[in-house]
Amino acid sequence: MAGTAVQRRLTWTVATVTGEVRETPSVRTLLLDVPGWAGHRAGQHLDVRLTAEDGYAAERSYSIATAAEEPVSITVERLDDGEVSPFLTDDLQVGEQFEVRGPVGGYFVWEKASGGPLLLLAGGSGIVPLRAILRERSRTGSDAPVRLLYSARSLPDVIYRAELDGYGGLDGVEVTYTLTRHQPPGWTGYARRVDAALLGEVAWPAGENPLAFVCGPTSFVETASQGLVGLGYRPGRVKTERFGGTGGA
Amino acid sequence: MPPVFSRFRHRREVPDDAAGRLPPGQYLATGFPVLSAGPTPHTPLSTWTFSIERQDGSALKSWTWDEIQALPAETVTQDIHCVTRWTKLDTEWRGVSIDTLLGAVEHDSDYAMAFCDGGYTTNLPIEDLTDGKAWLAFEYGGEPLDPEHGGPARLLVPHLYFWKSAKWARGLRLMDTDEPGFWETYGYHMYGDPWLEQRYSGD
Repeated sequence: MAGTAVQRRLTWTVATVTGEVRETPSVRTLLLDVPGWAGHRAGQHLDVRLTAEDGYAAERSYSIATAAEEPVSITVERLDDGEVSPFLTDDLQVGEQFEVRGPVGGYFVWEKASGGPLLLLAGGSGIVPLRAILRERSRTGSDAPVRLLYSARSLPDVIYRAELDGYGGLDGVEVTYTLTRHQPPGWTGYARRVDAALLGEVAWPAGENPLAFVCGPTSFVETASQGLVGLGYRPGRVKTERFGGTGGA
Repeated sequence: MPPVFSRFRHRREVPDDAAGRLPPGQYLATGFPVLSAGPTPHTPLSTWTFSIERQDGSALKSWTWDEIQALPAETVTQDIHCVTRWTKLDTEWRGVSIDTLLGAVEHDSDYAMAFCDGGYTTNLPIEDLTDGKAWLAFEYGGEPLDPEHGGPARLLVPHLYFWKSAKWARGLRLMDTDEPGFWETYGYHMYGDPWLEQRYSGD
């Protein structure tokens, strides 16, 4: 992996919001037009900078929600004590502009050549870069089999639900939800936080040498990644991305 | 001129004692966030060593856990700055000065590559590891360093972005020239001065 990165200067560019998707009450996807965008790979993120009238500027990083070659979009979850995320989820209007730079990061990335079988473990809005990976797999016609395990508080908190349900076991993609707080009447699926036993039921056997991507809050990532190592996954095949607990973003 | 939002306001007040201690683009963290690229390694102390290696990977000097613990240790209070933009003030660490470790070997190298359990690496100039600027830390807040935060021992190089303070550190490989480590290969800055906002290559 050494030497694979493109070393170039990342400059701030003014992006225009061209559309929005209200994913859940607290989550919004912003579709962006970024002139001169150099292209991204599935799993990378970008930096956002908002500037106030008094010159104060705040920067945050957000995962890119789309596959390579697709228009840039980010999916943002409102953190109530956050400074930037509530502005992006609630205030910003289609047609308005703000600054971005990227793409950033090259490790938590999947390309067709990365292969599979793929295990994607999402906690909450950790689904965002994993959705980009799923779209990249479809875009490139990869036949790598995928199992996605997505831990959400409730069904209405599931981001991209229609898109994910569209896989429905077809096309080599199996989607499993676990709803940790509220379950709809008649729910027969998992209803607890991800633990070693749950991983043992859902994850690919380690003998198939799967490639795992784990994204979510720190406690989720710690439990899930340790669980995979416990199942015999090679640590170098378990890529993690953690967020949350940063005092609000 | 960047787009300016009259509706966007600075929501978080920076306390007076923090003003001037927050590098550009950073905000004050309340917790202690965790960031790493893979699973947290758990190496038993009975097999743990910390080594200083030549450029070719041969060992110049190696310490067991007990030998590291027998070296003079310091308790230091430092502000730390993560490239993901959180800054945490007045963090308390206990560890051995890198001066003590490098002082145990003869070398004339200008750079070092820290290497770690889990395969992580990061590059540092020797002059940023010496003269009381860096430690091999094994306690945080008076307690043994939690594995999530890099225990049993991590580098502490608080004047650079925190990805340079390598978790699960197992040694330093001396180098004549600067070479990129893990994140540096993926476009992060070779040096990483938070006060110059050197986040990415070219910053």
